[in-house]
Amino acid sequence: MRETLLELKDVALTYQTKTDEIQAVKNLSFSLKEGEFISVIGPSGCGKTTILSLIAGLMRPTRGTIKVAKGNAHFGYMLQKDQLFPWRTIEKNIFLPLEIMKKFDKAHIAYAEELLKKYGLYEFRKNYPSELSGGMRQRAALIRTLSFNPDILLLDEPFSALDYQTRLSVCNDVYRIIKDEGKSTILVTHDISEAISMSDTIIVLSKRPCTVKYVHEIPRGGDSPLKRREREDFHKWFELLWKELNE
Amino acid sequence: MKKKTVTQKQFSADHIRYLKKLRGRTAVVWTLGLGILAAALLLWQILADTGAIDVFIGSSPKRIAATIVDLVRNDNLFYHIGITLYETIVGFLIAVALGTLIALLLWWSEIARRVCEPYLIVLNALPKIALGPIIIVWCGSGSKSIILMAVLIGIIVTVINMLNGFLAADKDKILLLRSMGATKFQILRKLVLPGSVKTFIGTLKIDVGMAWIGSVMGEYMTSKAGIGYLIVYGGQVFKLDLVMAATAVLCVLATMMYLGVALLEKLLVKNRS
Repeated sequence: MRETLLELKDVALTYQTKTDEIQAVKNLSFSLKEGEFISVIGPSGCGKTTILSLIAGLMRPTRGTIKVAKGNAHFGYMLQKDQLFPWRTIEKNIFLPLEIMKKFDKAHIAYAEELLKKYGLYEFRKNYPSELSGGMRQRAALIRTLSFNPDILLLDEPFSALDYQTRLSVCNDVYRIIKDEGKSTILVTHDISEAISMSDTIIVLSKRPCTVKYVHEIPRGGDSPLKRREREDFHKWFELLWKELNE
Repeated sequence: MKKKTVTQKQFSADHIRYLKKLRGRTAVVWTLGLGILAAALLLWQILADTGAIDVFIGSSPKRIAATIVDLVRNDNLFYHIGITLYETIVGFLIAVALGTLIALLLWWSEIARRVCEPYLIVLNALPKIALGPIIIVWCGSGSKSIILMAVLIGIIVTVINMLNGFLAADKDKILLLRSMGATKFQILRKLVLPGSVKTFIGTLKIDVGMAWIGSVMGEYMTSKAGIGYLIVYGGQVFKLDLVMAATAVLCVLATMMYLGVALLEKLLVKNRS
């Protein structure tokens, strides 16, 4: 039985604005197990990103609890665009979390450099982001996210800024790295096929105020995302999820 | 992908032709640019020599050159240049430093920002020369008042520009840093400051101009020396040769200071695409 890393229970969030009070999230409950890959899909504007902000502790829920197994676990946050700092070399970008967290010591630097080597960016460590292709930049962003060895990865549509070709291969790439490093992941996406190809579990959210509508366990049998797209049941899942999203 | 080490490559004939064309175009631009200046000076001189221009009012290139030589020999031109440069540079530095510092404080505190906003708008709209009499009464006649004028003219623009630059820091990058647990000070140091280098250089370029306006205007108000003083004095005694000679010197000085900032930009903005 895998350990539960993260548990959301009856989480609700209400925004206050000058003219209105907006309920963004209500009665949201789900949990993430160790090594699990969850995708969260939902109609656009339903507050998917808000959920990640809540989990990462950037916002406080109005009601409910978010429990993290390891006390104060670290979250690795990855956004739509790579968000590499253009004035820093790749290496310096990857060290950024270490500098922020005051972990800029030999052991952590060695670990980050190990990741650079393992995932083919070591020879580009002195280059600036503008000198790398979109796919490589996104890989650099992932390594930055991993450099401080977080327990849980939060991915906010990390591939949607890439063109289709690059997207498929980066998706594969990122999946392999995440599995290699044994990370637990929550991916927020609007792309149904991406969700099917990458996840163990798919959570379908309702319109705002968003709450969990359906949860699906996707059988994947160790296939890579690209392989997963070729499986017979891929279309069946796609149709089901499409229907559920548009209900 | 761009490689850093440029390998010696054998260029094709087409490429060499292309490079030649580029160089040719640059040569045309320079020739035309300098040509226009030379032609204008020549025409001016001819019109002055033939009497079409009254040299008493219109001066002439030759007379201006002679005046400059005379200023160097008899009136200690470099002393006047020194005074004006001193006032301009000190005013410039204070405006930049203090303006940037105020912008930082306003970036830090939203309340302070909202409180100061109407003041900034009023001060920005106010023609600073209107403060001249007050400045002279409070600071006396001389360099102190002139520097204050230069500071006043430069500082508001600096605050507004730099504040906008600081506030333009990418929201997603701030979110990313916050997810790493960054403090506000860390966000400032790692993102906002390094991200504002371009804005800073832009502001310096504007401030060079502002400092010159301030110092020359200050010298118009109250001074016993300096390039602005020479211009005003020349005007008062109707020596247009002196006015124009001093203006020419001013052109050279201001351009040199601007080029200095441009050089600084080259040093700072490497690799920051």
